[in-house]
Amino acid sequence: MKVAIFPPNSLILADLVERKGHEPLILQKEIRKKVTDPEIDSLPFNITQEDPLKGLKYAAIEVPSGVRGRMSIFGPLIEEADAAIIMEDAPFGFGCMGCSRTNELCVYYLRQKKVPILELKYPRSREETIEVVNKINTFLDRLEAENG
Amino acid sequence: MVKIAQISCGTEYSGVQKEIERAAETFGAEIIIPETDIDYIEEAYEKFGFECASSGIKLMIARAMSVVEGRTDADAVFIATCFRCAEGALVRNEIRRFIQQNTRLPVVTYSFTERTKADELFIRMEALSTIVSRKSILAREKQEGLTLGIDSGSTTTKVVLMENNEIIGTGWIPTTDVISSAEEGMKEAFKETDYKIEDIEGMGVTGYGRLTIGRRFNADLIQEELSVNSKGAVFLANHQKGEATVIDIGGMDNKVITVHDSIPDNFTMGGICAGASGRFLEITARRLGVDITELGSLAIQGDYHKTPLDSYCIVFGIQDLVTALAAGSTREDVAAAACHSVAEQVYEQQLQEIDVREPVIQVGGTSLIEGLVEAMSDILGGIEIIVPENSQYIGAVGAALLVSGMAKTE
Repeated sequence: MKVAIFPPNSLILADLVERKGHEPLILQKEIRKKVTDPEIDSLPFNITQEDPLKGLKYAAIEVPSGVRGRMSIFGPLIEEADAAIIMEDAPFGFGCMGCSRTNELCVYYLRQKKVPILELKYPRSREETIEVVNKINTFLDRLEAENG
Repeated sequence: MVKIAQISCGTEYSGVQKEIERAAETFGAEIIIPETDIDYIEEAYEKFGFECASSGIKLMIARAMSVVEGRTDADAVFIATCFRCAEGALVRNEIRRFIQQNTRLPVVTYSFTERTKADELFIRMEALSTIVSRKSILAREKQEGLTLGIDSGSTTTKVVLMENNEIIGTGWIPTTDVISSAEEGMKEAFKETDYKIEDIEGMGVTGYGRLTIGRRFNADLIQEELSVNSKGAVFLANHQKGEATVIDIGGMDNKVITVHDSIPDNFTMGGICAGASGRFLEITARRLGVDITELGSLAIQGDYHKTPLDSYCIVFGIQDLVTALAAGSTREDVAAAACHSVAEQVYEQQLQEIDVREPVIQVGGTSLIEGLVEAMSDILGGIEIIVPENSQYIGAVGAALLVSGMAKTE
């Protein structure tokens, strides 16, 4: 199943999803598609004026261009998601979108999607970390059991 | 090469990073990103003390700290955040203050949209680049010797002849052909004195036509109007130290510049709508049958509340004024309504993008229209606006002042 993760560039979450045989919907893959496109030359991610305009599908014109630019990449991933794992209060080293307003919008859209969602708080101790990993594994196993 | 440290949030996701770099390169500068690591971001964020939700903004704070603490080798700073981001606007401004209070680096701030193109950034990058490379010139507070300043504007060409910190001759000519308008302006300025062009020790040029006339007359200083106009404004207002805001409502475009120690650090330029320009007032004056120089005093006697003006547009707005006159409004009320309309538009379209710092210095030809200055003060909550003597010549004065000391004899 396609599992959206939040933060969408968290390599740890992506790895956990992949280990259980699901496909993590990860930001890096989308960015990779853009940066390897020889047609475009707009450093560093090859995001051009067109991308924030595509983001209008998710946020109105009065929303800052940086939010819409980010949504133009993450918005389609949300649409594809069959399930989602949201990690709240994660430090930016764990993965981040850089913009709090984008975070709020992404999490809201994931919740609106009405797909199975696991919402977690970022663990602050060894015990909490083990518990979080167990919860993620159980969630992913159950997805497989329920949806084949 | 001038190194400009970029402290920003959202440029990469708005597709404008390349435009920023292109603008810097055009003026012989290079964009550098201040180095930080994760531990330093936390440390700098704690030290700075502004609580924010976005990690991109936290990164901006760390990059600013890196510049201030000397971890990054930079000559100037460009601070940018997304237009309409409240958190970005707050931090952008605080970072600007923080850098100005703790370094001597010139700073320019900007809020961008995905439509921001390199040429919109040119004047800012040119200003940053020239502020660095011409720091000693911009530090000049007093005009010395005999120098000439030419401001080749889109509507009028202004010429000022200065001698030992005094204006001794002026010329004011509508711009047609930039070179012949400058020549006529010079003739006017010299007419009031016994000097000839050969006597001057330096010539500085600014304004839209600066490159053409600069080459034609072999000027010693060719400089963008952002730094020249701010210098001229604070010089004439006798406020060369500290913060100030310069408002210049021109014939075709408007500039609002914030300055710190007479160096510009933010700037907004409007020019989309003629209804927010001096042109609107010119047409109003013509319709009222008065000279533009009389419109201001007429407006002072009127009450803008008594004349309904439903449109800011130069066509429909004037139509509203004509209808009001036909319905019995007095010329005074109509003049006041026109001034208020222009001031309100400048406020809505430009002043809200900028942190207005007192004192506010209003300059340019329209600053001689008292009704407009009063309307602007009213809209800004009653703050006192300084209109220095010779306020219509700021660009030319700034150029004459800055070029002094760069004399040909040196």
